[in-house]
Amino acid sequence: MIEGLPALYIFMLSAFTGYEVISRVPVILHTPLMSGSNFVHGIVLVGAMIVMGGAEGTLQLTIGFIAVAMAAGNAVGGYVATVRMLEMFQTKPKKEEGASS
Amino acid sequence: MSFIGFVIDAVYFLTAAVFIIGLKQMSSPVTAHRGIVWAGIAMVVASLATFGAPQVTLDIGNINLQLMLVAIIVGSSVAYISAKRVAMTDMPQMIAMYNGMGGGAAAAIAAVELVKLSAGGESHGLTIQVLAVLGAVIGAISFSGSAVAFAKLQGIMKKTLRLPLHQVINIGLFIAVCVFGYLVATSHSVSFEHVIIFFVLALILGVMVTLPIGGADMPVVISLFNALTGLAVAFEGFVLNNAAMIIAGTVVGSSGTLLTQLMAKAMNRPISNVLFSSFGSDGGAAAEEEVEGSMKEIQANDAAIMMAYGQKVIIVPGYGMAVAQAQHKLKEMGDLLEARGIDVKYAIHPVAGRMPGHMNVLLAEAGVDYDNILDLEEINPEFPTADVALVIGANDVVNPVARSNPDSPIYGMPILDADHAQNVIVIKRGKGAGFSGIENHLFYADNTQMLYGDGKKAVADLITGIKQL
Repeated sequence: MIEGLPALYIFMLSAFTGYEVISRVPVILHTPLMSGSNFVHGIVLVGAMIVMGGAEGTLQLTIGFIAVAMAAGNAVGGYVATVRMLEMFQTKPKKEEGASS
Repeated sequence: MSFIGFVIDAVYFLTAAVFIIGLKQMSSPVTAHRGIVWAGIAMVVASLATFGAPQVTLDIGNINLQLMLVAIIVGSSVAYISAKRVAMTDMPQMIAMYNGMGGGAAAAIAAVELVKLSAGGESHGLTIQVLAVLGAVIGAISFSGSAVAFAKLQGIMKKTLRLPLHQVINIGLFIAVCVFGYLVATSHSVSFEHVIIFFVLALILGVMVTLPIGGADMPVVISLFNALTGLAVAFEGFVLNNAAMIIAGTVVGSSGTLLTQLMAKAMNRPISNVLFSSFGSDGGAAAEEEVEGSMKEIQANDAAIMMAYGQKVIIVPGYGMAVAQAQHKLKEMGDLLEARGIDVKYAIHPVAGRMPGHMNVLLAEAGVDYDNILDLEEINPEFPTADVALVIGANDVVNPVARSNPDSPIYGMPILDADHAQNVIVIKRGKGAGFSGIENHLFYADNTQMLYGDGKKAVADLITGIKQL
């Protein structure tokens, strides 16, 4: 069980990590990045699956079902959207074979 | 701890690490694609590992497992198809929708835990209960708020609705959410009714907070909800004691907050302003001054000549370009000009479009070289050396009032100095004021000429004009 101060440490260090990682991203990638971080919190799928696995009775099962379906949508939608955006930036290096930048 | 339990925890830990590396790689156009693919693989592995978790009964006859698989298939396929089909211009609202789903999932996780408690389940302590409730509020607000943002950007909901005493109602709602949240979080035997009321109130609050916000501020709001969802996921991660959720959620929470700040700063609108007031409602219109000069119209052929015989053309795209889907035509025109030896640059304001980088994505889609796409700071010194600044579908981001008139609502916002170019051509659909309703003095300037018409058609006319030369 992660509790008390260690939990706070993890929270704080993760927060700094997020701040640092993003602060070096050029404006050109902001939208793909927002989409990418949107995908990353799709990890909620793992939690939704755990909760649904332990659900008892119709009500809990129904809410669990909604949780898993939405979380899966978050993860898959976020991934596809991000990849589609980033694919547009991919063809460029080929074009610049002669003139390296 | 069992061996399987150890393996699963290790997978979660590695997943979180790969997510961070993936986000890091997304900071460069060269490695960005690899970054998201890595993160995607980590997500798949983490999800598969979860089937081995002690809470999940890995028996195909188990109803929970059957329904879980159905839920995964339904959620994934709906999202997959919609994400594949949507046009690039509509991406912002899709991100809002997927983000809302994540927030909803986090809230739903909390709901199951709280319902369990109300059914007499064993409490895991006050801290856990409080965190569950916090995650629930944030997730629910993010869910219903994102739904409103989606509806607005998609054009389903056109008006910005402001009830009389809107802020007072919101504060009342907020207090009510706090009260019921407190009741649910601190009680030993959670009342089922309280849980229901708590969630309904939180959902309504999300809607009420987002309703009065205008479309121009939506990027900031979507980014804020993105950060909030991350936070909600992190809180539910504490509840479920899941390292991957805690770390990934917090990283998104903090990076999203930074991104939101960057955006709000670029618009010169404090986040509190975005959330609690709408454009023009704070007496800004009263300070409207008379505009000197008049708008001069130009024909496409003349505009084409002006550009084709210049040395340097800077194109300033805005949301209007996205609406008109003119990016491909624009690229075609840029290529023609470049073939004539003209230096063509694209100037992107940080908040042009509906999200930061929205314009970059559209131009990249059209195949524009990203070395020619420049930020505000990079391009502003170049405007005086440009023969023509072609403004297409942008308005507030090139309004010189932001520099000159302290009474203007957009005063202080960094703008693209298009007015410093030798000549300015503005492609615009009609004569009306822009999104914010503020008169644009650039349109009346001596060196500005207006090319009226739909963005795509106007650029097509320009192309025809250039080809004829």
